Amino acid sequence: MFRPMHNDPVREGATSATLNFTFDGRPMTGRAGDTVAASLLANGVVACRETPVSDTPRAPYCLMGVCFDCLVVIDGVGNRQGCLVPLAEGMAIETQHGRRHFAEARA
Amino acid sequence: MTPVSDIAALAERYDLVVVGAGPAGLSAAARAADLGLSVLLADENPAPGGQIYRAVTTTPVTERAVLGDDYWRGADIVARFERAAATYAPRCTVWSLTDDPAAPGTFEIGLSLDGKARIIGAAQVILATGAQERPFPVPGWTLPGVMTAGAAQIALKSAGIVPSGRTVIAGCGPLLYLLASQLAAAGTEIVAVLDTTPRANWLKAAAALPDFLRSPYLAKGMKLMVATRAKLRFVSGVTGLAAAGKDRLTEVEVARGGRTETIACDTLLLHQGVIPSVNLSNAAGCAHDFDEAQHCFVPRVDSWFASSVEGIAIAGDGAGIGGAESAALRGEIAAFDAARRLGRLTPEERDRQAAPISAELERCLRGRRFLDLLYRPAPQFLSPPRDDTIICRCEEVTAGQVRDAAKRLGVVGPNQMKAFLRCGMGPCQGRLCGPTVVELIAETRGTTPAEVGYYRLRPPVKPVTLAELAALPATEGAVKAVVR
Repeated sequence: MFRPMHNDPVREGATSATLNFTFDGRPMTGRAGDTVAASLLANGVVACRETPVSDTPRAPYCLMGVCFDCLVVIDGVGNRQGCLVPLAEGMAIETQHGRRHFAEARA
Repeated sequence: MTPVSDIAALAERYDLVVVGAGPAGLSAAARAADLGLSVLLADENPAPGGQIYRAVTTTPVTERAVLGDDYWRGADIVARFERAAATYAPRCTVWSLTDDPAAPGTFEIGLSLDGKARIIGAAQVILATGAQERPFPVPGWTLPGVMTAGAAQIALKSAGIVPSGRTVIAGCGPLLYLLASQLAAAGTEIVAVLDTTPRANWLKAAAALPDFLRSPYLAKGMKLMVATRAKLRFVSGVTGLAAAGKDRLTEVEVARGGRTETIACDTLLLHQGVIPSVNLSNAAGCAHDFDEAQHCFVPRVDSWFASSVEGIAIAGDGAGIGGAESAALRGEIAAFDAARRLGRLTPEERDRQAAPISAELERCLRGRRFLDLLYRPAPQFLSPPRDDTIICRCEEVTAGQVRDAAKRLGVVGPNQMKAFLRCGMGPCQGRLCGPTVVELIAETRGTTPAEVGYYRLRPPVKPVTLAELAALPATEGAVKAVVR
């Protein structure tokens, strides 16, 4: 988990706009200019996806577009690299669950 | 500089397309534009700077001392690019680079921006895709709470956020000290810095010491090292690491001098040097060799940074790790040669104009070998000894599986390994497992990484949706391929 660095007036929202978004339906706020992955980290989100192989939780690992561990669903589109997408007002971000299972497919 | 946010606004063709907006790409694009070439600089990030000068024009960090003078120097490189007559496409991903069948000797480049794809033409290409962190496969490195040191640096530079709670930094290399000092200055609670530099490396590096003593790195590095060591708890001679926790990191196990210690922590930042990002150059067919000193695959380039594919040059750390200053110079040199290939400069004029930059580059790279040898990772951090260590993060393939396939099934190379185990077939396309798979095969079969070779990568080198591909205008060749 991450937090704003100490004594940083800009981070406290003095000059940068605050954006509203949701993560799995929970309302959160972020700083305009931050990426989706950074916003999730700053909001204390521990994991943003589950792996397709073993359904284990993962979180952003490299933040530079290399590892693909920050994959999330953004506004209904899956497999988005959270570290490369700038946060936008009203975004609906969701955990990317692993592969679909048989039961889900039949439901 | 003209920024472009709509992919339809790009021209059909450019004299030169530069990929990556770090110091190499920015300098290459600025120089080439000054020499009269039509230039497009495409970069997948929202702002220029690459990783080292990440967000230098947009960072919310206002205390200059936190990131240090070297970081702010990036602003000059960006400013120079902004004055140049080049086109700049941020948030634009390059997913393919191939020969143009309609105009042999030139290239077709697949781009994607805001969910729309396009193919454009380029007479010359400079890849400035830089470096990525060398994989650091230890048990538990996939747990939430474990990140690369570079990731923490990016979070700090671009968003002004730092890890909360107890933080451990582990690994080796000059960047480890820089990161530790930056995070400490930004108020992170760093409970330990675990140094995995093998003690024997000091002996091996000693031969390269005379050059290092004359290098620009020395004074800077020593100052940083002494200051950081004085402030933080440093643990040297670490021979084993494991991250542990259920669903998230809660502690790190540290082996040192035959004993194991457990440190409770919320964040573990791993770093053991950087290696060239080779996915695009590899997929474009450029030849790569294994560099023994840097212990990684590096594209084969000449003194103008031209690759083995005529018309494609590779500048910056993507052509072998040299650092930010050298990257900018390499970009310039590659741009001079691109102008020469296009007939805008005579060879003599190119040589004359590039000479002072080449001399500066030589000075810049002095002492690099010492750092390469000193911070070469220990074997157990390149090929994990514990069989249950995940080495392919995407497909969750373990070190044991790779060893087993190499031994019992006689798998000789990484491409065959891919077919057997799916390692390298996930979304990261081998970026985080390639070096380890190569290492494990070499170790198991008693050969070298150079002998084993690397994955053969193919476009698209970054994911692009089928809808984007389907919306591309069909070429005559594409229609012929499917219509009977």
